[in-house]
Amino acid sequence: MNIHEYQAKALLAEYGVPVPVGGVAATPDKARTVAEGIPGPIWVVKAQIHAGGRGKGGGVKVCKSLDEVRSAAEQIIGMQLVTHQTGPEGKKVNSVWVEQGTAIASELYLAVVLDRGAECLTVMASPDGGMDIEEVAESHPERIFTTRLDGGHHIWPYQARQLLFGCGLTPQQVGKGVSFITNLLRLCVEKDATQVEINPLAVTEDGDLIALDAKMNFDESALKRHPEIKALEDPEEEDPLERKAADLGVNYVKLNGYVGTMVNGAGLAMATMDAVKQAGAEPANFLDAGGGANVEMVSKGFEVMLSDPNVRGILINIFGGILRCDIVAEGVVQAAKKLNLSLPVVVRMEGTNVEEGRKILKECGLNFTSADSMTEAARCIAELTREARS
Amino acid sequence: MSILINENTRVIVQGLTGREGSFHGQKMLDYGTKVVAGVTPGKGGQQALGLPVYNTVQEAVDATGADTSIIFVPAGASADSACEAAAAGIKLVILITEHIPVLDMVRCKAFLKSRGTMLIGPNCPGVISPGKSKIGIMPDYIHRPGSVGLISRSGTLTYEAVHQITSAGLGQSTCIGIGGDPVPGLKFIDLLEMFRNDPDTEAVCMLGEIGGDNEEKAAAYIKETNYPKPVFGFIAGLTAPAGKRMGHAGAIISGSKGRGEDKIAALEDAGVTVVKELGRLGETVAAALKK
Repeated sequence: MNIHEYQAKALLAEYGVPVPVGGVAATPDKARTVAEGIPGPIWVVKAQIHAGGRGKGGGVKVCKSLDEVRSAAEQIIGMQLVTHQTGPEGKKVNSVWVEQGTAIASELYLAVVLDRGAECLTVMASPDGGMDIEEVAESHPERIFTTRLDGGHHIWPYQARQLLFGCGLTPQQVGKGVSFITNLLRLCVEKDATQVEINPLAVTEDGDLIALDAKMNFDESALKRHPEIKALEDPEEEDPLERKAADLGVNYVKLNGYVGTMVNGAGLAMATMDAVKQAGAEPANFLDAGGGANVEMVSKGFEVMLSDPNVRGILINIFGGILRCDIVAEGVVQAAKKLNLSLPVVVRMEGTNVEEGRKILKECGLNFTSADSMTEAARCIAELTREARS
Repeated sequence: MSILINENTRVIVQGLTGREGSFHGQKMLDYGTKVVAGVTPGKGGQQALGLPVYNTVQEAVDATGADTSIIFVPAGASADSACEAAAAGIKLVILITEHIPVLDMVRCKAFLKSRGTMLIGPNCPGVISPGKSKIGIMPDYIHRPGSVGLISRSGTLTYEAVHQITSAGLGQSTCIGIGGDPVPGLKFIDLLEMFRNDPDTEAVCMLGEIGGDNEEKAAAYIKETNYPKPVFGFIAGLTAPAGKRMGHAGAIISGSKGRGEDKIAALEDAGVTVVKELGRLGETVAAALKK
């Protein structure tokens, strides 16, 4: 789960990591009021969306007066901000963060990530702050310094010193940097953040270190024990259909095709999408109905898929296992009747009582087709949706 | 033979008195698995499924000589349970639970490693050596004893593959669900090594998916060590968009890393027969082994 810059900066401040003084505003007048409470003579107004590259897209403005702050906020709030991370349609900006301008001497890059390969938290630093770190990794890999934490997520001061001296800081700045990094890691471990990026981390003209930007990603599996982090979630940042699915408790990801898929189990769900594509059709979504696949779950799945206007047909692939196929079939039929489903539906089931399940589907009087295998099911739905299009 | 578990494996169920633990505990007993005890803190001295329940894993191990544990406890308590098992001398921990915080798993794995305990999972269906022992939640009737070893990151996808292999007239030596999490226990490479030394395994089937680089590492291992047995592969998620988590916590393409196409290329380069259409997996393996 991602959070906004202003939320990340509040968390950093809570953990003793220096950030500029600032406040959030949803209207131009509020932006001006916020700026009035912050010492000048320079203020920075920043669009609050979950995407990088906001400056290049016109979402960050440096202002020299309170009136400039107001007009910058007027331009930014409500705009459809396009960056390399938003896609061509961009994202609507609902609020801005207004902060005190910082007199910058140099900019570093600092990040904490969960390294899947090494299976530990890893800290990365580079003197090339403000740049896209993937470009630095490509062109100057020697300018990125990394250190791995042990399994207890502990960082020794020497590890932080190595990174900071590597970035060319003075001994005095290194001292400040060690507590910066230590505090940042305390935040990561206590709040289950698995990716934090401070880019840039500014060295001010006074020799202080301060986080000018912050991106944070939290482990969704740990949100149960951090209700205060869960509360930072911004539903406006999600695809409306995915939001609806999440509200219904359905594991759903929207794609751009026209064949809705509903499957039990994530791996089989991905394989089913792939099979649809191989049969010459385009999958409209990923949907994992979970192990249960009961009437309620199937109804919810149908409801989410049918909210996507591109869906022309549905493929249901259930590997019953312990679950009985006749029960799955009853669930599918009941859910379809409840929603007056008229689209073609291909059902492929495997497991105990598969014959009874197929009989139920055949005799239900709905536009259902049974398939024996995944390959056949995918071909069948591709055929049916091709007809539906012409 | 088989790997990891066999008819002599003595199993405890952590969380035996819970809904999932008792349901699957019974299914394992029905299959003939030597389930010897349960552990639920606070319920020591009770009986469940006709088995003794202990407060701690140490008591259960001391009383029964168990060497393996399967864990059915809530996500927030799972890493703790796995560490308790390792501290009590359990050699193999099978962790079924989904949604365990990943930083918990990092700590847990480091501790298990220090104790020499092997971990399967989390977020997995478990392990079965057909005809000998089932320690997991998989539907056992689709399996048949045989010579194909199977390693998979997914649950129902594994069942699909097993079903096809059985329908094609073959059977399985051991099937392992390694789980869909970003920090798993044993990985493709560790299990390929075990299958290599198992005389009853003639071929290995590995089912991967997008995210991480464990399939690529396995490919490098197969190539560098001249793997002596035929390996078949399948990768799920070729149509998944970048940056989106596809159900499994570990199934995500980050930037240009974790892509299915790269995994397939690496496996094919290592001589693995990669099946592109899942529906053809069983017949492909059967055709190759019956030659």
